[in-house]
Amino acid sequence: MKYVLLLVPCVLCLCAPFYNTIEPRLGGFPFFYWSLLLLVPVSALFILAAYKGEAR
Amino acid sequence: MIENLNWPATVVFVFFFAVVTVMGFMASRWKSGPLDVLHEWGLGGRRFGAWITWFLLGGDLYTAYTVIAVPALIYAIGAYGFFAVPYTILIYPLLFVAFPRLWAVAHRHEYITAGDFILGRYGDRWLALAVCATGIVATMPYIALQLVGMERVIQALGFQGEGIFSHLPLTIAFVILALYTYSSGLRAPAMIAFVKDTMIYIFVIAAVVYIPTQLGGYGAIFDAAGAALDKKAAASGGKIAAGLILKPAQVMPFITLAIGSAMALFLYPHSMTGILAASSGNAIRRNAIALPAYSLVLGLIALMGYMAHAAGIQVANPQDAVPQLFLKMFPSWFAGFTFAAIAIGALVPAAVMSIGAANTFTRNFWKPFVDPNLAPAKEAGLAKLVSLIVKLGALLILFVMPTQFAIDLQLLGGVWMIQIFPALIFGLYTRWFTGPALLVGWAVGTLLGTWLSWGATNWTPASNFFGWLSFNSYNGLTSVIVNIAVAAILSPILRGSAVDQTTEADYQDRRVPA
Repeated sequence: MKYVLLLVPCVLCLCAPFYNTIEPRLGGFPFFYWSLLLLVPVSALFILAAYKGEAR
Repeated sequence: MIENLNWPATVVFVFFFAVVTVMGFMASRWKSGPLDVLHEWGLGGRRFGAWITWFLLGGDLYTAYTVIAVPALIYAIGAYGFFAVPYTILIYPLLFVAFPRLWAVAHRHEYITAGDFILGRYGDRWLALAVCATGIVATMPYIALQLVGMERVIQALGFQGEGIFSHLPLTIAFVILALYTYSSGLRAPAMIAFVKDTMIYIFVIAAVVYIPTQLGGYGAIFDAAGAALDKKAAASGGKIAAGLILKPAQVMPFITLAIGSAMALFLYPHSMTGILAASSGNAIRRNAIALPAYSLVLGLIALMGYMAHAAGIQVANPQDAVPQLFLKMFPSWFAGFTFAAIAIGALVPAAVMSIGAANTFTRNFWKPFVDPNLAPAKEAGLAKLVSLIVKLGALLILFVMPTQFAIDLQLLGGVWMIQIFPALIFGLYTRWFTGPALLVGWAVGTLLGTWLSWGATNWTPASNFFGWLSFNSYNGLTSVIVNIAVAAILSPILRGSAVDQTTEADYQDRRVPA
C-alpha cells in the first residue's frame, strides 16, 4: 500500500485531455510541453519519497 | 565517396570513435573477473553499483535510434511524438517496485535472463523458449535501427558511396564493435556509456541554450513549428493529423501507446541485462530515482524537431532533421562532436542488445533443447559467438531489406515483447498463473497483436479492435489485455505438475519491514 503514491505521477501523465492545450504558456512553451517536462522531475520526487518511506 | 566530406566534423567524429574503441578493448581488464564464465562475460559479474548502472541503463535505454526517431516524429507530425515523455514517466515507478524483486530472485538462483526466471518459476521450458524467441525476434530489428541512426549521421558528415561502398563506414564501425564486445562482454558498453552519456548531455544542453537565442526564443520556435505543421495538415486535406497539440482522435492512441510502450520496455533482453548486472536491488531503486534525468533530456531532444522547423530546415526524410539542424546552427567541429555522440550512442545499446540476445539464446534455447550438458566455459564461448552472429544478422537486415521494413518490424517487436508481461511481472507477485496457461495467453496475444497491426497497405500501431472500441488503442496494449484474460481463466484448468524453484523469501532483497 505504501506504493500508492507512485500512482500519482502515472495518472497525471496520462490525463492527456486535461493538458492538451496551448495556454497557459510558460517561457514560450505551450502548456502541453511544459507540464509534461515538469512532471518528469516531479515523478522522480515521488519515487524518492517512496524510497525514503521504504527505508524507514 | 569523400569529395564532399565535412573535414573538421569528420576529424572530431573519428577522434571520439577511436577513443571509445580503445576503451572497449581495455574494458576486459576493468573490475576483472574470469571472462570465460557466462555471468562474467554477459552480466559483468553483477558488479555494477548504482553509478555505473545509471550510465549503462541510460546509455542502453535511450538509444541512438530514439535520439533520431523521436525528434523526427515531432518534426513530421508534432505533439503525438511527445508520447515518449509520458512513456518514460511511467517506466520508473514500475522499475522501482517490480525489478528489485526480480533482481533478488535472479541473484539467488543465478538466473541471467528473463527466460531463466520463467523456467525456474513455472518449470516450463516451452514458456521459457517463447520468452527467449520473443526477445530475440524483437531485438534484431532494434539493433538494425541503431545502425540506421548511425548511418544518418555518417551521411550528414558528407560521406557518399555507391553500391557496396555506401555501407562501408558503418560496416567498419560495426566490425570493431563486434570484436570488442566479443572480448570484453558487458564491460565494454558499460565503460563506453560514460563517454556516450556525457557527450549527449553536453550537446543537448548546448542546443537547448544556444539554438533558441539564434531563433528568437522558445515562443518563436513553437509558433513557427505550429504554423509549419498546420500548413502540412491543411495541405494533406486533413489526412495527416499534425499540430502543436493532439487532435481529438489522437488522444487515446497517445495514452495507450505510452502505457503499452512502458510495459514492454523492461522486458527486452537488453533492458533485462542492464538491470540484472546491477550489484544490488538497492542500486536499481536508486536508479529509478535518478534515471528520469535522461527522460528530461529525451523531451528536450524531441523539441529539436520543432527547432528544425523554426530554422527553416526542409528535408524529405524527417530523420535528417536533427543532423541538418546541427550542421546549420553550429560550427563544423561541434556538429562532428554531436554526430559522434549519436554514433557512440548506437554502439552501447547495440552491444548490450547483442549480449542480451546471446545470453538468452544460450541459456533458454541451446542448453535445454540442444546440449543439456553444456559446460560453463563452453556456455560463455557459445554466447560470445552468438553475439557476433546477432550483429552480423542485424547488418544483413539493413543491407538486404528496405529501412521501412526494419522500422515496421521494430514496431511489431513492441507488440510482441509486451506479451511476456503477465508471465514475468505477475509471476513476481502471484502464483495464480500456470506455465501452460501463460503459454496459451502468449500465443493468443501475439497472433492477435500481429493481426490487429496488419493493415491493407502498411502496419498500423493502433486500431479500434475490430470495431468494438469507439477509439483507436495501441495494439500491444489491447492484445496483452486479452492475453492476461486468457491466461487468468485457463490457469485453474491447466495446472500441470511443474515445480516452482522459487519461494517467497527469494524475492526479498532487503530486510523484511517490522
